[in-house]
Amino acid sequence: MPQRLWLNCYLSVQSGDINLGIKFEGQNYYQERHEELEKGHDYLVCLSGNPNTGKSTVFNALTGLRQHVGNWPGKTVARAEGSFKYEGKRYKVIDLPGTYSLLATATDEEIARNFLLFSHPDVVVVVVDSTALERNLNLVLQVLEISNRVVVCLNLVDEAARKGLKVDAKQLSLDLGVPVVPTVANAGKGLNDLVKTIAEVASAKITTSPHHFAVTTEISKLLDEVVPYVEKVAGDLPNIRWITMRLLEGDKRIQQALESEELASLAGLGQDVSVAKKPSEAELKDLLERIQTVTSTIRKSLHDYVVSSIYADAETIASKCVTKVKASKNDLDAKIDRIVTSRFVGFPIMIALLMAIFWITIEGANIPSQLLAEGLFWLENQLSLLFRWFGAPQWLEGLLVHGTYRGLAWVVSVMLPPMVIFFPLFTILEDLGYLPRIAFNIDRFFKWAGAHGKQTITMCMGFGCNAAGVISCRNINSPRERLIAILTNNFMPCNGRWPTLILMATVFISTAFTPTLSSLIATFAVATVTLLGIVMTFVVSALLSRTLLKGESSFFVLEMPSYRRPQFSRVLYTSLIDRTIKVLYRAVVWAAPAGTLIWILGNVNISGESLMAHAADVLQPIGLLIGLDGIILLAYIIAIPANEIIIPTMIMGYMGTSMMTELESTAELHALFAAHGFTIITAICLMLFSVLHYPCATTTHTIWKETKSAKWTILSNLIPLSVAFLVCFGVAHILQGLGFG
Amino acid sequence: METQTSRNIDYETLADLKIGQRARVISLLVEGLTRRRLLDLGLLPGTEVKALLKSPLGTPKAYDVRGTILALRLEDASKIVVELLSQRTVR
Repeated sequence: MPQRLWLNCYLSVQSGDINLGIKFEGQNYYQERHEELEKGHDYLVCLSGNPNTGKSTVFNALTGLRQHVGNWPGKTVARAEGSFKYEGKRYKVIDLPGTYSLLATATDEEIARNFLLFSHPDVVVVVVDSTALERNLNLVLQVLEISNRVVVCLNLVDEAARKGLKVDAKQLSLDLGVPVVPTVANAGKGLNDLVKTIAEVASAKITTSPHHFAVTTEISKLLDEVVPYVEKVAGDLPNIRWITMRLLEGDKRIQQALESEELASLAGLGQDVSVAKKPSEAELKDLLERIQTVTSTIRKSLHDYVVSSIYADAETIASKCVTKVKASKNDLDAKIDRIVTSRFVGFPIMIALLMAIFWITIEGANIPSQLLAEGLFWLENQLSLLFRWFGAPQWLEGLLVHGTYRGLAWVVSVMLPPMVIFFPLFTILEDLGYLPRIAFNIDRFFKWAGAHGKQTITMCMGFGCNAAGVISCRNINSPRERLIAILTNNFMPCNGRWPTLILMATVFISTAFTPTLSSLIATFAVATVTLLGIVMTFVVSALLSRTLLKGESSFFVLEMPSYRRPQFSRVLYTSLIDRTIKVLYRAVVWAAPAGTLIWILGNVNISGESLMAHAADVLQPIGLLIGLDGIILLAYIIAIPANEIIIPTMIMGYMGTSMMTELESTAELHALFAAHGFTIITAICLMLFSVLHYPCATTTHTIWKETKSAKWTILSNLIPLSVAFLVCFGVAHILQGLGFG
Repeated sequence: METQTSRNIDYETLADLKIGQRARVISLLVEGLTRRRLLDLGLLPGTEVKALLKSPLGTPKAYDVRGTILALRLEDASKIVVELLSQRTVR
């Protein structure tokens, strides 16, 4: 399975263990590429580009896959693979992580770089943001050093036009010596051209003559001295200049490739791999000595020289190709930015947006939720009748209809409507490009907490799913800060927990108020516990930075992308299919067995009491201590696999064996909970517990996979659990002391 | 020539820039990985920048660098020496 090998190699760098121990033990990319192509793919295509240039959109458009896209840099953490067919040929497409450079200052850059160099793709597509050509050319010029089969995808030309910029693709193509295809990937414009061009470059119908950036005479002299030695060892490589530069900079990986037969085998492309000879010891020694003497003569780091040479070229090319045609709408962007980051309204706007999303969700979900419940419980009655008509035994009807089915019905009617409203709203915010502004506003807290600025992004991912949030922590290069982000991700309420929060807020907290006020109060309650989760993230991060994971916040640059109009089809797809269906699916998959289990627990009696009652009795004192009760704690234990089923489990626990009528309205739900001693304190504590408690089984498993450490996996559960206990205990006792409940 | 001399008076760091002020980078007083990152993002000696935004909490500040908006924490920005460009000398 060469594909597996590729992936392993990639993932070993991406995840690795927490020390990011990078291992490349004699992996022969070329060999793997060879096998891959024998498997039925004719060509190998790589997508490269700066973060947030629409690379994932291009990838999705080419392959028909649906990779998550969002207007923030650094979302794609795992490499995506896909394929497409064009005129009878099959193309394998690899989406590399977005990078600003290939000079290997970070793990993702090293991955992209190694892949471009060693897998020898037939075509490298560099996706370029037309609004910032100069900066993007930095990467393009580096790619042109490594590969000569390059297609530049000049994306976001519409955005450039709105900014009053016109990019001359023809001129750019002349200057770079490779084809340039203007596209608007999210509107599907120019993609046919892109595919055609890829095909023509792959089949060598178009021959390229890539531009190589001009180096200063000083560097040029150095290179002239060393290149012959490299050639002796590695053979006649097209990118010998680049490899020499890397060696002069002390790039360990390239040196390693030189010492093994890896580079030499690249020189012999087209021949049998086994032909490539291992370089002789003497030649290698010569070369390394040469490099030593030469590098000792350079004053500054070579990196400085190389980067300024590249940017000098980029400036020249950009000034030739980009014309400012009119005053731009940039001013509007700038105005919005000044408002959303302003000292007085920046934070109020953030909180208001959060509240608005919750409020619309709560208001809007009310009626559909009830309709859905009515429909599904009507169906339950019909199912019951059907079972009786068949003469099925009563325990079977109880188990399947009142256990499994009712569990399912609850999950669907309670969770579906809020999700259908909440996720699109959140996706729109994400698409607009507002999230990086939040990161900008709250960065100081991360600095204070000794955490990495990129943690905002991992937290936002956690809003959707904590497991995804934990994986996105790979974006953080410092192991210490990455661990902090992993350990605290759980404090961001995920998809599975929103329904619990929203339901508790609507059913319990807001019913104490008049109807007009009630949804506002509910909104306020949900927003408050969410903010508490965020505050807890900072507090726990800060504590970790001062105790177990001592250290300071490391260097952080945040790129703030231009605002983009959300694409509605994509918003609907991402939020409904990608998020809603996935969450619902997981809930249903776990709710059915949980429903069955609960029915059994509720119906198997030992000494006159059900198993559930026994278990709840044992947990009762602990529950009461923190403002909850035995059933809630039991529900939390049963719901370890998926937080989605907390409320259904509680309901089934409270209803017990009694054949209670179906719960059609929130009023009845309120009555059920109240009958079991629920007060406003219980509701508040339940919301707090929901936000703070341990991560679900999937997330815990992900943490284990990401850290490969039992210690940190256990701590990732223990820390939030103790926080949850402390907070709930405190809040319950304070409120009781104040005479609530 | 006159602008040359008048410019040389103001040596400041990126952190000192007020919102709306423009400057040209003179040197980066950082080494290692941080230096490489900044260079890769296009922030190198000779680059013109403009301060755009300030976080409500005072840090970071956002700058226009080659048509992109980059936010830097003040402690990092204070390691980038710049010369102020008066409004008139801006191209």
